[in-house]
Amino acid sequence: MSGETILSMQGIHKSFGPKKVHQGVSFDLHDGEILALFGGSGTGKSVILRSLIGLEKPDAGIIMFEGRDIAQLGEDDLIDVRKKIGYVFQNGALFDSMTVEDNLAYPLIEHTDLTNEKIHARIAEMLDLIGLKGSEKLLPASLSGGMQKRVGAARAIILEPKIILYDEPTAGLDPFNTHRLLELMKLIQRTGKKNGAIFVTHDIPSAFQVADRVAILYNGKIHAIDTTENIKASKDPFVQAFIAGEETRGL
Amino acid sequence: MPNRQPRKYDEYFKRLGSQFVGSIQFAGGVFGLGLDCMRELVRPPFYVYLTIEQMFLIGVRSFLLVAVTALATGSVMALQFGYGLQKFGGQLYVPKLLALAFVREMGPVFTSLLVAARIGSGITAEVGSMNVTQQIDAIRALGTNPIKRIVIPRLLATVITLPILTVMANFIGIFGGMLVTVKELGQTPDFFFQKAVEALRVSDFFMGFLKPVVFAIFIALTACYRGMRTSGGTKGVGDSTTWVVVTTNIFIMVSDFFLTKLFILVHPYQ
Repeated sequence: MSGETILSMQGIHKSFGPKKVHQGVSFDLHDGEILALFGGSGTGKSVILRSLIGLEKPDAGIIMFEGRDIAQLGEDDLIDVRKKIGYVFQNGALFDSMTVEDNLAYPLIEHTDLTNEKIHARIAEMLDLIGLKGSEKLLPASLSGGMQKRVGAARAIILEPKIILYDEPTAGLDPFNTHRLLELMKLIQRTGKKNGAIFVTHDIPSAFQVADRVAILYNGKIHAIDTTENIKASKDPFVQAFIAGEETRGL
Repeated sequence: MPNRQPRKYDEYFKRLGSQFVGSIQFAGGVFGLGLDCMRELVRPPFYVYLTIEQMFLIGVRSFLLVAVTALATGSVMALQFGYGLQKFGGQLYVPKLLALAFVREMGPVFTSLLVAARIGSGITAEVGSMNVTQQIDAIRALGTNPIKRIVIPRLLATVITLPILTVMANFIGIFGGMLVTVKELGQTPDFFFQKAVEALRVSDFFMGFLKPVVFAIFIALTACYRGMRTSGGTKGVGDSTTWVVVTTNIFIMVSDFFLTKLFILVHPYQ
């Protein structure tokens, strides 16, 4: 992928107390691509996603999106950004007091002037897309983990955002549900008006299935970023050890 | 220079210091949340239906608990006053004492303590669970404001319903006292109400109404603030819930003294 840059993170530093999580993270997201972001546990992958929609404020650095630095925006200005960047939480983060239908209707009620009929039609369309037709009246507690993640994905894309952020969407899923979710991600990318996606994961085989490019976060920085093929063929011993799931300390 | 050996009380003072800093942070956080609520209260969108829903959950569902407690308290107070004052020939003062005690103190404080336990814990557990399951983050990520959707409806509902519950508790408590006074002390209902009304001034009702408003603001803000900062899974939710019940109860008891003192300064008793 060599589309134009639609989101750019440059020189991000972030600490939590004495722990320096990011020490100059920089990367670009290109138009139309899915960028997979790898890294060990506790390296701050999810913090990157949270920073991209303003749920975390970096200590330093810039995050450019549509000519604005997200890192400098206040809560009111972030509302507009959040309408354009969808966030799929690791466990779905569905509102457990609301039905599936109400969860999906939430962004539409909040941010559009659609009539009830149009909202219902849009919800039906989304449920069809994620293969959960007929589950409108169910509460999240009665859905499986995989179903909750699919509903979470549907809620995140229902406003047709320009960028989708996936936070470990396949974590804890069985192979069948992992496959379904990856297919859904590809379908969303093909069918929607989405411009790009960032996919944070530990699941390297899954990422290689859907990603156009891969970035590896290590020691608070992006250690390597390249196309999936180039990462697979990389001669860098750290990259090779990482994707093979071997010990990377000391490399 | 040789290293100083850790003294026995070092750890104690360290913990005390961190608790003091934590208390200051908490006070500042609750105050800041209150200011945020005031700012957001006048800006659209307004979630009126969420406030009505919370009023039902907080007010209507607390009524039975408040009513039973007030009835029992009023009855017990009538018995204690009645038999306690008998030896001084002061049984005739029971209606006045009961009415004053209920409207000024027992109604506002008891009702607030019950609501703090029932609603404060409920709000903290609910909001805390939402926080640990990233639902609060989801509200923000979906371009909406958790203060508007979560805090303000609960704050408004508590501020509206707690004084109403207090007024109801006053009536029910005094009614319970009247039943006991009529049955046990042989007074007539007419006499009881005449004396009760005689004892009360408008300022008593005002104080009885003002206190629950202050308590309601503290209960709702504390519960929401602590809930939105809950971490550590289900244990964290449990810890936050206990903490809120203890803190709000202490606040109600301590601030009741200062509110009463302030009120007496402004409106000295005759």
